[in-house]
Amino acid sequence: MISLSDYLILSAIIFCIGLAGIFINRANIIILLMCIELILLAVNTNFIAFSYFLGDEAGQIFVFFILTVAAAEVSIGLAILTLLFRNSGSISVDVISNLKR
Amino acid sequence: MLFIQILFYVFGFLLIVSSLAMILARNSAKSVLFLILTFFSAASIWILLEAEFLAITLILVYVGAVMVLFLFVIKMLDIDKSTLKAKFTGYLPLGVAVAAIVIIEMALVLGSKQFGLHKFSLPERHPSDYSNITELAMQLYTSYVYPFELAAVLLLIAIISSITLVHRSDGKRKSQSVSAQVNVKAKDRIRVVKIDSKINGVKND
Repeated sequence: MISLSDYLILSAIIFCIGLAGIFINRANIIILLMCIELILLAVNTNFIAFSYFLGDEAGQIFVFFILTVAAAEVSIGLAILTLLFRNSGSISVDVISNLKR
Repeated sequence: MLFIQILFYVFGFLLIVSSLAMILARNSAKSVLFLILTFFSAASIWILLEAEFLAITLILVYVGAVMVLFLFVIKMLDIDKSTLKAKFTGYLPLGVAVAAIVIIEMALVLGSKQFGLHKFSLPERHPSDYSNITELAMQLYTSYVYPFELAAVLLLIAIISSITLVHRSDGKRKSQSVSAQVNVKAKDRIRVVKIDSKINGVKND
């Protein structure tokens, strides 16, 4: 028997993997965007698990809207990334800190 | 019931392993592919939770559109040169420590003492003629119709803003200038030329 806490702990693990990915990656900003996707996936799994165990479809509708917002966020993020690459020739995380100077 | 348990553990294991491989992969194209595997495993787990519509939406929208967009950007920007020397930051121990602490805290809070089967009992399976998409549509087009319209507006804003961001107006493009069209005078367009109406040197009148 799989209880609600199994699903919740699974999505907590996915959340923490996404968090650690944001911490440790210096490669490029695309990886950071993908880590945000991972975190949103964990949140969505939480919503669906609660929706199933409480017998309420409102959680699934919330996931629907989260998917919409995430798609919009990814498209704008990738557009900004393209601009950054066009202007600086690199998408390393270090480039963003140019704003500090 | 045992079969569902086996499915849950197999897909959960795949989910964790592929997301770990995603954040540890050096090549960004490889990590996009691992993220696709992550989404597939998550969709399988959502199907175990009887959210069929959202599972199929996750595969169609995310794997079919968003991940392809990621791959497209990676291939278009040709960034593999610039990331070959990329390595993990000095924050690696801190990041792992924070993630481990958060997992332990969440496992304490979300353990079976608070969210176990004796608190939230397993709901009974829906009959075979139950349609998840019908239920969602009934809610979405009645109680949540205003947020639904707002989501459509949000997607429109995303389209406009991303096109505006990457649009390059370098002057070489042929475009319509409305003010020039309105302010044009007749003498700019028509040139009246006086020509003698002679044919073969003979006056023709």
